[in-house]
Amino acid sequence: MRSAADDDAVAFRVGTGLHHGRWLFVRAFVACVHFVCVAPLRPETPRRLHLSFVRVVVAFVIFVFVMPLPASARQDARLVIGSKNFTESRILGEIMALLIEAHTEIEVDHRSGLGGTLVCFTAIERGEIDLYPEYTGTAWSIILNETDRIDDRLRAFLHVQSRFRERYDLEWLPPFGLNNSYALAMREEQAAALDVRTISDLIPHAASLRAGFSIEFVNRDDGWLGLGPFYGLAFAGVRAMEHGLAYEAIAGGAIDVIDAYTTDGKLLRYPLRVLEDDRGFFPPYNAAPVLRGETLRAHPELGALFERLAFRLPDRVMIELNHAVEERGRDFREVARGFLVAEGLIDADEALDVDPGAGRDGVVAFMLGRWDDTLRLGWRHLQLSLAAVLLAVLVAVPLGIAVARHRVAERIALGAAGIVQTIPSLALLAFMIAIPGLGLSVRSAIVALFLYAVLPILRNTHTGLRSISPELLDAAVGIGLTPRQILFRVQLPLATRTIMAGVRTATVISIGVATLAAFIGAGGLGEPIVTGLYLNDTRLILSGAIPAAILAVVADALLGRLEVWLTPRGVQADV
Amino acid sequence: MIRLEQASRTFTRASGEPVYALKGLDLEIRKGETLALLGPSGCGKTTTLRLINRLIEPSSGRIVVGGEDTAGLDPVRLRRRMGYVVQSGGLFPHLTVARNVGLLCEIEGWRRPEVDQRVNELLALVHLPPAEFRDRHPGELSGGQRQRVGVARALALDPEILLMDEPFGALDPITRTELQREFLELEKLVAKTVVLVSHDLDEAFLLGDRVALLSEGELVQLGTPDALRSAPATPWVERFLSGRAQ
Repeated sequence: MRSAADDDAVAFRVGTGLHHGRWLFVRAFVACVHFVCVAPLRPETPRRLHLSFVRVVVAFVIFVFVMPLPASARQDARLVIGSKNFTESRILGEIMALLIEAHTEIEVDHRSGLGGTLVCFTAIERGEIDLYPEYTGTAWSIILNETDRIDDRLRAFLHVQSRFRERYDLEWLPPFGLNNSYALAMREEQAAALDVRTISDLIPHAASLRAGFSIEFVNRDDGWLGLGPFYGLAFAGVRAMEHGLAYEAIAGGAIDVIDAYTTDGKLLRYPLRVLEDDRGFFPPYNAAPVLRGETLRAHPELGALFERLAFRLPDRVMIELNHAVEERGRDFREVARGFLVAEGLIDADEALDVDPGAGRDGVVAFMLGRWDDTLRLGWRHLQLSLAAVLLAVLVAVPLGIAVARHRVAERIALGAAGIVQTIPSLALLAFMIAIPGLGLSVRSAIVALFLYAVLPILRNTHTGLRSISPELLDAAVGIGLTPRQILFRVQLPLATRTIMAGVRTATVISIGVATLAAFIGAGGLGEPIVTGLYLNDTRLILSGAIPAAILAVVADALLGRLEVWLTPRGVQADV
Repeated sequence: MIRLEQASRTFTRASGEPVYALKGLDLEIRKGETLALLGPSGCGKTTTLRLINRLIEPSSGRIVVGGEDTAGLDPVRLRRRMGYVVQSGGLFPHLTVARNVGLLCEIEGWRRPEVDQRVNELLALVHLPPAEFRDRHPGELSGGQRQRVGVARALALDPEILLMDEPFGALDPITRTELQREFLELEKLVAKTVVLVSHDLDEAFLLGDRVALLSEGELVQLGTPDALRSAPATPWVERFLSGRAQ
């Protein structure tokens, strides 16, 4: 898992890819469970029920809208803190949250692991969040799009501070002290033997050393491509490799030099020496709280409060905190609190409400211990998915009927819905945040899920209507039915089965994709999955993934029943 | 009863070239008679039938039903005055036999007992015991039974006119013969004006009071079966009647 905040555009992409990959796994799991458990359970006994489709839809509407829908983030005067989707940012978010809670009357809501830089920045710009930790180098290149090289930390800080103030009315508070940049690292004993402390010290020994760099570092101008010529370094060999493996490789002696992030918790696990960038090649990535100007004017005490935190988190301290979370499996909040207490920034007696379930129980005990959370998250999950599917039914079925008559409209509608389907889920969610009125809220998640749910329902409505034989429709017209009577008495009843199959697909997809809603703080069973992925905590992942899978299976089975219930008997008989 | 006056219908080929499905047809169908439209495939017989209930509109000419130009009538009302029977029955698979037959009565707002009674009458008329067949679905019927239900459905609103498009075309020879015989009996009972499309010479001659022989969109000869047999208008008619024209 990455813990650096260097070029966040890349981090964002890497993060997306990773979660997509894991997500496929979850989906595959859901599908397997489905085929094993659900398919053979389809009831064979037909029954006649005089419940019209309309009545069922009305009941469904009432059901979903009577359920209290969770409100948006910004409805009260709370201060909302955001953090990016990696360990360090989330620890910094917790530290800021605890500090404000301890010293002010302001109520704080921490939306932990919100997303990448773009998500966090869009959110703060739109006022969805008030505060988040940002890095100078990231702000310099990703947000301000500056192209010049900068090596002076202070100048970088002052520059982003004044630009943010002018352009966005965002305030950079005093930095935390850490500089999460790239660095080169060697085995401690080898570095000691060669007496290497700085990158310049490496130059005479380089020809006999082998380097193993992460793939992106090798190919970046501010990585190896620039570093080599800048220092005049030429290693005996440079190998591009997966960063996680590089630590094992260097510990085992297969390589001698790796790239590292200066605050990486892994630096404590392996006996490595981080070499000083003595000529200042790597751009500075100093972390600092970024606060909305409006919020600072409303709560000027925050300025003074964050003064007290300034420079209390040098690289060495941050490494330990990262290590505590990533390598020792401790809770973010617990680690943040431990730090603040040790620094005398909050009282020890405020350190009492430690998150339960932080111990190392078995998966089953762990999940049972989270029962209340799981119920709450599962309920939210269901609300998100059902609201989205319901909206999709209300839109896609009439749309499918409307376009089934026009070849061109049909192509456009199916094409557009198909294109939406190809947008990666996380990108679609991120896109929603930028739309006024949606932002970082449950609404964004529902809209994104809705867009995904439209295609299967639209396509199946269309297929269902199209698969009715033209001779039958000709007979319907010929005996004197009106178009409306044909639609409601012939076409829709005959297409019910196919339409319902689309609704089932859409529901399973929605329940699956809704796990990603956690990325934009909309909650649901994705919360433990996302947290678990960052922490590499399988139990936590499973405590979200298993209920989500069960939810999908149960929803699919119930809808299967509904499908049988709604499908006219004569149509079932010949399938 | 039904009069086609200079009725033409053209279609446009994919190449853009217009094709006549029907060319200036003048035809009168008398009240109470059964007129068989006969001819090889593509001769325009089905087009003629579909012009009568406005499933297609004439490119030129007019169609008069009961003294009124159909162009000025509501097509749905017009069609409910004409029973429509198609090959294989055209039954709705999701509805029971009773609901297929009673559908139009239901739509016309008849009360439930009236619909039920009408359905029972009609099923008895087509030799399907109501108690046994009412609640079956079309998928549970044989081809001949489906066709009978199709006829019963066409008679639901007691129309004056019955339009039948190859009604017995998809049946095996034994069932077809049986249904043709039943049709003749039925026709005596209900005395409708019937327009029947057939490509089968024997069927047209057996069922039709008069036969209209069409070829390539034009009426070649119109008359009773005897008249056609004894005095074929052209050598082509003679060949067609002897079964050699196809």
